Amino acid sequence: MAVPKLCGIETEYGVVLRGAADPNPVLASSLLINGFVDQRRIGWDFEDESPGTDARGFARDGAQPPDIETHLVNAVLTNGARYYVDHAHPEYSSPECSDALQAVLYDKAGERILARSMQAARRLVNEGQEIVVYKNNSDGKGNSYGCHENYLVDRGVPFVQLVRNLVPWFVTRQVFCGAGKVGSENGAERVDFQISQRADFFEEEVGLETTLKRPIVNTRDEPHADPQRYRRLHVIVGDANLCEVSTLLKVGTTSIVLAMIEDGFVTKDLSITAPVPAMQQVSHDLTLRRPLAMADGSRATAIEVQWEFLRLARKYADEVGLDACGGDELGAVVLDRWEQTLAALERDPDELDGVLDWVTKYRLLRAYADRDGLDWRNAKLALLDLQYHDVRPDRSLYERLVNAGKVERVLSESDVTAAMVEPPPTTRAFFRGTVLQRWPDAVVAANWDSLVLDVGTDPLRRIPMMEPTRGTREHVGALFEAARTPRDLVELLQGP
Amino acid sequence: MAERERKQKPAPSKRDEPVADAAAPSEKGEKLKDELDDLLDEIDSVLEANAEDFVRSYVQKGGE
Repeated sequence: MAVPKLCGIETEYGVVLRGAADPNPVLASSLLINGFVDQRRIGWDFEDESPGTDARGFARDGAQPPDIETHLVNAVLTNGARYYVDHAHPEYSSPECSDALQAVLYDKAGERILARSMQAARRLVNEGQEIVVYKNNSDGKGNSYGCHENYLVDRGVPFVQLVRNLVPWFVTRQVFCGAGKVGSENGAERVDFQISQRADFFEEEVGLETTLKRPIVNTRDEPHADPQRYRRLHVIVGDANLCEVSTLLKVGTTSIVLAMIEDGFVTKDLSITAPVPAMQQVSHDLTLRRPLAMADGSRATAIEVQWEFLRLARKYADEVGLDACGGDELGAVVLDRWEQTLAALERDPDELDGVLDWVTKYRLLRAYADRDGLDWRNAKLALLDLQYHDVRPDRSLYERLVNAGKVERVLSESDVTAAMVEPPPTTRAFFRGTVLQRWPDAVVAANWDSLVLDVGTDPLRRIPMMEPTRGTREHVGALFEAARTPRDLVELLQGP
Repeated sequence: MAERERKQKPAPSKRDEPVADAAAPSEKGEKLKDELDDLLDEIDSVLEANAEDFVRSYVQKGGE
């Protein structure tokens, strides 16, 4: 039986400091985070970070935990998220979520946190300057930054089995999770518009890198959990989405596919002969009809490969159930949406205007280009593309479409507002977030799998959180009710 | 968590607007076009000035 598909989304936002002679993105990112976090910041503890450890079983020389400079702007939020400067971007790593719908919620809460940060940072910059962030993945000039998904996976599943099944999955799921992009980059063949922001940047099938020679399957082996039981699959191929349905499908379907792989349910070999060029081929093909050469000698379109995954997923849901993926009810919603989406993509992708990011953006840009008689190389269209992702509510074209009632929402805005502050109740993020809400001054350091508390006596107390499914409201809610001080909490955790 | 809500306006039902329905696609198309034109005008009002400079100056280095 597959392990619960806990998941989370980390997003690096594009950032500009407007009106500055020498705009420094690291400084701009720091100001955003400092602006948002007005309470005492909790330091992030790097003891267990090892981004150079490879899932194939070796460690790379020279891979270091993030340096001390970024350590200064590293915050843990009461909703359980981590908010920090990653290289030259502000990054929001959502708390651990127990299902895809929760992942959509905490991803959207991240957008609101960035929007509020921009507002808060106004008082920290000089007159005439403004920090602006974009939730996209490319500057259109060959520089890409990531939106990474993470999924809890059983350590017992051989990594090669994950790779074999996931490569065709990641190549073809773009048809519904792409965020759309004007033009091409990184030496790719010239196109007017393509489905994915990221596809032009993938150059390897499998590997450890995330910033150059990017692989379709990333092998970073840093479980942030009991390494005997779990992997954390670090997915770097995805685009940052604004449409809630795109995110729901991206995480919901990938969770189901991972559960199927764990339970040995992907019995058919769906391998693609040349997956790296296929990434670009799928992204560049707006007709969605160009077939891919499959390893078994047949030819299939990306949508046909997706139908095959869906057929297996339906069978899996009937025979095993979707308990590991947030339950049968949510599972049925994901499966039905997935089916409707594939059918609509086959009939006429325009039916998904207001549902999927790439279709919504493409329709908007075409309407604009038609009205003004613009060529696809016109900078106006590149500007519309960029501004679709602007996180300022008054400037975001995506938000304009939402306000005009042209985008389907999955979430209620009141839930999103609550999720900026409250942790998910169903993962260990509940424990982390609640301790931070209750006793921020007692938290000396925090990271994904531990908290260090100062309870007023030496030494400091490190609370391990190696099991991400524990520390939920159900597990520890009563302890929080009974504890009046952090010391009470530590004593209650230790038991009689 | 809230149920999924469709915020798009539901299509007018046949019972409500039998005449409009009979008047058929061109009228509907006009209305959609007007809506879209309004939206595009609104977008013009929030777009950054000088698209070319703005797009050129958007450079992001480092990440992941």
